[in-house]
Amino acid sequence: MMKNRGSLITMTLYLLFLLIPIYWLINMSLKTNTEITSTFSIYPQTFTFANYVTILTDPSWYMGYVNSMIYVVMNTVISITVALPAAYAFSRYSFMGDKHLFFWLLTNRMSPPAVFALPFFQLYSSIGLFDTHIAVALAHCLFNVPLAVWILEGFMRGVPKEIDETAYIDGYSFPRFFIRIFMPLVASGIGVAAFFCFMFSWVELLLSRTLTAVNAKSIAATMTRTVSASGMDWGVLAAAGVLTIIPGALVIYFVRNYIAKGFALGRV
Amino acid sequence: MEKTQNNKAWFLVLPVLIVVAFSAVIPLMTVVNYSVNDTFGQNDFFWNGLGWFEEMISSDRMHAALGRQVLFSAIILAIEVPLGIFVALNMPKKGFWASFCLVLMALPLLIPFNVVGTIWQIFCRIDIGLLGHSLAAIGIDYNYTNDALDAWITIVVMDVWHWTSLVALLCYAGLQSIPQAYYQAAKIDQASRWSVFRYIELPKMSGVLLIAVLLRFMDSFMIYTEPFVLTGGGPGNSTTFLSIDLVKMAVGQFDLGPAAAFSIMYFLVILLVSWVFYTVMTTLDAQETK
Repeated sequence: MMKNRGSLITMTLYLLFLLIPIYWLINMSLKTNTEITSTFSIYPQTFTFANYVTILTDPSWYMGYVNSMIYVVMNTVISITVALPAAYAFSRYSFMGDKHLFFWLLTNRMSPPAVFALPFFQLYSSIGLFDTHIAVALAHCLFNVPLAVWILEGFMRGVPKEIDETAYIDGYSFPRFFIRIFMPLVASGIGVAAFFCFMFSWVELLLSRTLTAVNAKSIAATMTRTVSASGMDWGVLAAAGVLTIIPGALVIYFVRNYIAKGFALGRV
Repeated sequence: MEKTQNNKAWFLVLPVLIVVAFSAVIPLMTVVNYSVNDTFGQNDFFWNGLGWFEEMISSDRMHAALGRQVLFSAIILAIEVPLGIFVALNMPKKGFWASFCLVLMALPLLIPFNVVGTIWQIFCRIDIGLLGHSLAAIGIDYNYTNDALDAWITIVVMDVWHWTSLVALLCYAGLQSIPQAYYQAAKIDQASRWSVFRYIELPKMSGVLLIAVLLRFMDSFMIYTEPFVLTGGGPGNSTTFLSIDLVKMAVGQFDLGPAAAFSIMYFLVILLVSWVFYTVMTTLDAQETK
């Protein structure tokens, strides 16, 4: 129970502030376009799923989701795979240039994608990867690999080093120790890192829009071009927005205690 | 944790190095190249020295974009940080309601940036939006697509909506780590609510708060998608922040040299702030292990 009336009021107001715009989006997605432009109502009067049907049956819409999913999953797999051993090295060993390298990774997480948009376009065009899923997946590695390394390092430093030493004494080789013993111990960290890689790749617009044209066009890019002959298609746009929120909203409950930690790059 | 000296650890780091170098160093070197070269087309480049840098440093366009950017970051920090702390202090400490608040508060953080823009577009338009329509109904002249001030207010409110939860969640994590004994001691001393906040909660939160401020500064400093979707940088140039201006220059007008010089200076600012961030992080780690 809330501790007093003041807190209750504050939290209610704040949560309402957060939820009303989202409610409005859902409301819009369930209206017909004529209703949206002609009448003003706070709930749908002619309740319709037509906007969702449009998205799920029109390839130019649903392929946006498929393309986004493909490059996001590719990116998450690449990021976690390369980040796991590196994070282990950063958490356990000191080696020449480790601090510089760790800092350099951070600068990549922090660098504005706008700086990289044009060079990425030229780089991937010149090696014939323009408009492919792997191009976007690799481009997103720019900020997701450093993110994964930092988050995983934050979790791994919590695992006592004695566990490694005991395992080596028991005759485990490094790969076997890492996969059989260490990875289960940091499973929650891997989950959180994967979630954040997924999220940041899923929400990114600029690079995915610059690097794709038709075959690998992302849902975010599709959504920025919804002006049809009869003006803006608000209903469909709103429905697309709702569908884009769903992946994050589904897993939010499981990562709720780690959201602060993930955004703070494994610190906190 | 004591770390073992072992240079073979480089082999474990190598994959990361290769992947990130491919997507960071090569493009960055391209940018450096463009920034010191000029061209008349046909991929025929010649040395231009620091010409572009001089041009950009004295260009009104960059000054204006930088000014808007700094103003924007300052405003959102001034709103989000106090509001975030306030919300964190009022959050329930445990039980069902704590989870309930956590989940709802995290929701805006995980919405794709372009959808955030779309949500606010739909919410604020005077013809179809709840907010825009209601404001018009009570006689307030509000139109974010025509009026620069309205556009600014909308973007600031949108950013507050989007990111205050992050500050709140980080502060909340800091608050959770304060042992109950501190509060009991304060109670015995009959400390006021304010002194509890000032002398117990704020010092204990200072670390996470610093992280929150730096993160918000960095992210607001490279904001692109939300204003791009909401206002497209307009009306006029009034909400053209650094990233939007840079993309306009590089991809829109294909002014490679100036855009590259612009990028390098932009990147140097980010590098500086990253360094502050890194120093803060390592200092905090050192304090923890003590």
